[in-house]
Amino acid sequence: MKASLLAVPRGFLSLLTGMRVTLTQFFKPTVTVQYPWQTLKMPARFRGHIELIVDPENGRYRCIACKLCERACPSACIVVDGAKLEGEKKKSVTHYELDFTKCSLCGECIEACPSDAIRFSKAYNLASTNRNEYDYDLMKTPGPEEKRP
Amino acid sequence: MSASFDIAASAKSGETFVLNLGPQHPAAHGVLRVKMTMDGEYVMRSEPVIGYIHRMHEKMGENRSLAKFLPNTGRIDYLSALHYNHAFVGAVERAARIEVPPRAEFIRVITSELNRISSHLVWWGAFLLDLGGFTPLLYAFDDREKILDLLEGVTGSRLTYCYFRFGGVRDDLDEGFVERTRAFIAQMRPRLKMYRQLVTDNIILRKRLENIGPISPELCRRYGATGPVIRGSGVPYDVRKIEPYSVYSQLDFEVPVYPEGDCMGRYRVRMDEIAQSLRIIEQALDKLPDGPTLGKVPRVLKLPVGDVCYAVEAARGRLMVRIVSDGKEAAYRLKLRTPSFSNMSLFEEASRGMLLADALALMGSLDLVIPDIDR
Amino acid sequence: MSFLLTEPFRLLLSILCIVAFVGGNAAYLVLAERKGAGRFQNRPGPNEAGFGGWLQPIADVGKLISKQLMVPPEADQLLFRLAPLVVLTPAMMCLAVIPFGDTVVARNINVGLLMVFSFGSINVMAILLSGWASRNKFAIMSAARVVSQNVAYEIPMLLVVITLLMATGTMDLSEIVRQQAGGFWHWNFCRVWINPLMPVTFVIFFICMLAETNRAPFDMAEAESELVAGAFTEYGSMGFGVFFMAEYANIVLGCSLATVLFFGGWQTGLGAVPAAWGGWGVLVGLGFFMAKLYALIFTVIWVRWTFPRTQFYILLNLSWKILIPVSLFTLLLSSAMIKLLPR
Repeated sequence: MKASLLAVPRGFLSLLTGMRVTLTQFFKPTVTVQYPWQTLKMPARFRGHIELIVDPENGRYRCIACKLCERACPSACIVVDGAKLEGEKKKSVTHYELDFTKCSLCGECIEACPSDAIRFSKAYNLASTNRNEYDYDLMKTPGPEEKRP
Repeated sequence: MSASFDIAASAKSGETFVLNLGPQHPAAHGVLRVKMTMDGEYVMRSEPVIGYIHRMHEKMGENRSLAKFLPNTGRIDYLSALHYNHAFVGAVERAARIEVPPRAEFIRVITSELNRISSHLVWWGAFLLDLGGFTPLLYAFDDREKILDLLEGVTGSRLTYCYFRFGGVRDDLDEGFVERTRAFIAQMRPRLKMYRQLVTDNIILRKRLENIGPISPELCRRYGATGPVIRGSGVPYDVRKIEPYSVYSQLDFEVPVYPEGDCMGRYRVRMDEIAQSLRIIEQALDKLPDGPTLGKVPRVLKLPVGDVCYAVEAARGRLMVRIVSDGKEAAYRLKLRTPSFSNMSLFEEASRGMLLADALALMGSLDLVIPDIDR
Repeated sequence: MSFLLTEPFRLLLSILCIVAFVGGNAAYLVLAERKGAGRFQNRPGPNEAGFGGWLQPIADVGKLISKQLMVPPEADQLLFRLAPLVVLTPAMMCLAVIPFGDTVVARNINVGLLMVFSFGSINVMAILLSGWASRNKFAIMSAARVVSQNVAYEIPMLLVVITLLMATGTMDLSEIVRQQAGGFWHWNFCRVWINPLMPVTFVIFFICMLAETNRAPFDMAEAESELVAGAFTEYGSMGFGVFFMAEYANIVLGCSLATVLFFGGWQTGLGAVPAAWGGWGVLVGLGFFMAKLYALIFTVIWVRWTFPRTQFYILLNLSWKILIPVSLFTLLLSSAMIKLLPR
């Protein structure tokens, strides 16, 4: 009997404690980032769609069209083609297509690549109303980044 | 106090109607359909209908080589994806006898426990949203944002991680991760105290959850419910203690167990688990050795003929992966024993005779993630 | 210019002011609630629709008005259309007796308190009407719940007000405010020598007011969304808009009543306004009233965004098993003290 009588004021006090917590939060600053007027910087390892790396020494893509990435991809979204240029020992890439509607950003293609030719980009603002726009031709520069504000 | 009902008496009167809690819900849960036969406000029978998000992961396991299945693991239960990564790579490593360097094991534990905390925060916010309190969801997501930022720095992804590899992890910890994680732990502990003051001690919440939805250990055993569901009924069953895997045997932590078996017990188990996970992360950061993060793995990985199991304690319960191999690159059969499926099966029996709102509180306290049920 | 003080003109002005006050409050209290909710949750709230969100209610009203007013064919045609009116009118009428300032009161009736409570109970009937006229299983269930909730909470509210009446001795709201003149220790909230449990009385009144207006944490009628939207399921666009306005009008009414009864109404609490200030003195009083009113409304919003919803039987238990015994006790205590201690 006594316990249940005491429970009423104790319960009421728990309500007041809760209200104090929310009031403290009321005066704290907001944590919202007002996208798109403010943007966040993507961390270094952010996984955007893959992009071809240009070798800084000779200004050409490092990709040798060995098709290891095509075979490693679980979703079969990469199509690579290459041809041997005059006087070159290895092939050069002539066509690199990524179907981004199927890509799951797993990174297996990057790990399979023997010549360090692809990496994740930082592109995240890729909204579109047309499905065909997601057939990325990675050899076209600039790539889909041009959509970013 | 609970509101129970004499089912036999009302069944005789025959005045029931079917209420369909359709696949689309206002909050939480996912695409689960529950056909409830109601007598006024009381639930006579509830029939869960699943399959709305069946994506055939197990079949994909048969059609893809083992390495290609890795992205799938993150998507089975996206809220605690790293545990599912862990179970799968653990099974393959066990079968192929691949050595995992100790640094990789500690990194796996740290990231898994961070993932467990973020999963429990989502559960907490969504559960309270179901009960009508809108504010705690935002506070939980604020903390979860910090965890997601930590994990994004390491893995590159925020939700569906594909970070573990056979023999270790994909990348080493990034610069500043250890300091940032320690800072996170330092600010998370006062937040847990705030959650206790705002919600756990709140008389309204206690009246909503105490003595509601009692689940006995016997009921859990019959349906195979694990995780916080069985620990909230008094049984200290935690895969990390009973079948220790990875480096959990080197870490000192407790498994919270509450004997009541009501919604409040399961709630307290999960809140205590967050505190224990913080403890584990601290210890793992202290003990983190130097070294490589990826062991030796053959270029073309084929498992020997036979079958292998590996169990982990996911955020929702016991997750087990079983791979039956016939020597080829792809598994012959990949079985995922997911915790939410078993946890949900006891809902039908546990919710008989309850008021509708109490039945929904019970469902929320089971912490169901429907993609986990349907796979 | 003296025609401005004639009765018909004053009456017209009061009606317009009340309607404008209710309408303005309904629109901007929604914004205040959303912004308040945002701040409690560490986020900004609506801040896009013009000047940092201040045109949001205009946008909402525009959206609501532009939708089609649908009356379901099976619904009772007259009652369905009547229900929103019956919900809104009592709230507006009761505001006519609230003294906002020294002479700023639409119609001072000497049984003002009685009038407020009589009209307040029409609210219950209106919700039942809307649930019934919808001919919708879930709307009727929800309306029945609301009726039982409101009836349960009217009782402690009335008991508490009777306790107060014994202290004040009059039902005239302007007179009640005048009795609380002087320092803030004269306010009824602080008059512990009449009844040591006066603050408890106020808390009971506040809880009952939350329950009467169907605000969280007692809002299961409208927010128990397993049953869609409760008693207002079948109402679209402006029908729903009017119910919404009525809810906020009721909140304003309840908080005004609390201010008048417990916190001294338009009294400054720091001493009387010098008579030399004349008209400005009335405005100062009005300003204090508004400050107290909006502080109470802020508390109503604060309570909503802090707590989860109660379960229905807990709600009823709270009223019948806790609030009524406590208010009966304060009533007895009050009457004993008034009898035994000379005024």
